Amino acid sequence: MSSLQSLDIAARSATTTPSPQARTTHEVAKLIDVSSCIGCKACQVACMQWNDLRDTVGHNVGVYDNPADLTPESWTVMRFSEVEAKREPPQETTLEWLIRKDGCMHCDDPGCLKACPAPGAIVKYTNGIVDFIEENCVGCGNCVTGCPFDVPRISKKDNKAYKCTLCSDRVSVGLEPACVKACPTGAIHFGSKVDMLDYGAERVADLKERGWAKAGVYDPQGVGGTHVMYVLQHADQPTLYHGLPENPAISPWVSVWKGVAKPIGVAMMLGAAVAGFFHYTKVGPVPDPDDPDRDGDRP
Amino acid sequence: MSARLIQRYPDRTRMNHWAVALLFLCAGLSGLAFFHPALYFLTMFFGGGTWTRILHPFFGVLMVLGFVMLFAQVWRENVWRASDRAWLAHAGAMLAGDTREPDETGKYNAGQKLVFWAFAVSLLLLFVTGFVFWQPWFADAFPVWLRRIAVVVHAVSAVVLVLSVIVHVYAAIWVQGTMRAMTRGTVTEGWARHHHPRWYRGLRGDR
Repeated sequence: MSSLQSLDIAARSATTTPSPQARTTHEVAKLIDVSSCIGCKACQVACMQWNDLRDTVGHNVGVYDNPADLTPESWTVMRFSEVEAKREPPQETTLEWLIRKDGCMHCDDPGCLKACPAPGAIVKYTNGIVDFIEENCVGCGNCVTGCPFDVPRISKKDNKAYKCTLCSDRVSVGLEPACVKACPTGAIHFGSKVDMLDYGAERVADLKERGWAKAGVYDPQGVGGTHVMYVLQHADQPTLYHGLPENPAISPWVSVWKGVAKPIGVAMMLGAAVAGFFHYTKVGPVPDPDDPDRDGDRP
Repeated sequence: MSARLIQRYPDRTRMNHWAVALLFLCAGLSGLAFFHPALYFLTMFFGGGTWTRILHPFFGVLMVLGFVMLFAQVWRENVWRASDRAWLAHAGAMLAGDTREPDETGKYNAGQKLVFWAFAVSLLLLFVTGFVFWQPWFADAFPVWLRRIAVVVHAVSAVVLVLSVIVHVYAAIWVQGTMRAMTRGTVTEGWARHHHPRWYRGLRGDR
């Protein structure tokens, strides 16, 4: 079951016919202001609580990230990066602690959806949320190869793919995602994408005044823009933030194959079979010289 | 029916061949289900999408193992010879109806050899790349970028294999008297003399 109505589905994996288009809704977005984040992990706790997820307790690996990576039961993880970065003024290099809330970016052109071979296992709603519909998931792992952000995780328990749903169930009844509700500093905002871009621009202007000359909103166009965006102090170097990709895009290995090559492949196989049939009806069989019951008409 | 029959394949080669053929059917149909959305309905033959995903690699591995045994039996006669070039030059006329066979054609003609090596190479690629994204056991051992490439190479190899099988099956239907070589193990003397003259001479000992 999807969390929203079928009327609200804009794109569906492994489906070649149009989605319902009678109803339009506005696009939503989550704006994560990295410059306001204190790394308290309340968002992680809220995510666990709302979604009833209890990851197994892991081990401290010497960093603040806990758990150490996204998992089938941890759909968001705070990524802590200590970097030396420049602020101007005062034109000096300082130590900065960049804390990025990692998770699904809800791409407008989702690579997971493009790569998925199971009809309806991944959907994009008209509001922009990308959701995994686990009942249709076959566990092939193609979404992992499709994602430019390394987000989906395949469960070892049930071989289904999991990731952040942007609390599509909450959003569908007019609530903001659980992480947004829980954030004590107001670093996570939620609203229409247009409003979030407006607010992001305000934050960027403020940061620039305070010396982060390269501040900006991270809304990468290589994936059509995202419905989870960041305000970054150093938007010119997103990789500072635990390897946030600079120009994420669906790998050509995925897009070319899923785009043009597959129909060509099917056409070649069908064409070969049909060509054989017509060759037989035109040229006829080569008779066995010793078969008295041969049905070829050549001597 | 008075024609003399010649043994072309012993029992073990035929059983081996048909085991590979049946496994090809299973691996091929289950794989095509994920190849294009229009073919996803094929999952119903394997118990649904998830079962198809689970079973496909096992069909594939068994098919490859079967082919390896078959390969060991027939690869020598499939080694490329200089005279095969002449056969290829004549192939177009042959398809148009001029089915005279070059005198130097042995147990396999050049077309059969090409199909055989297309099988061997595509199966090898399918086998190797299949492990790279085999969930849930092997995929995690490989980086994502490699898995992306492996999926594409796997699918391209599968198309090559399916096309080769279509040629293989059609050739057997088209050239009458061929199918019995794999069903009964025998061909008529005239079939052998006409289509594989050098092989026929070799059997008679007057090479």
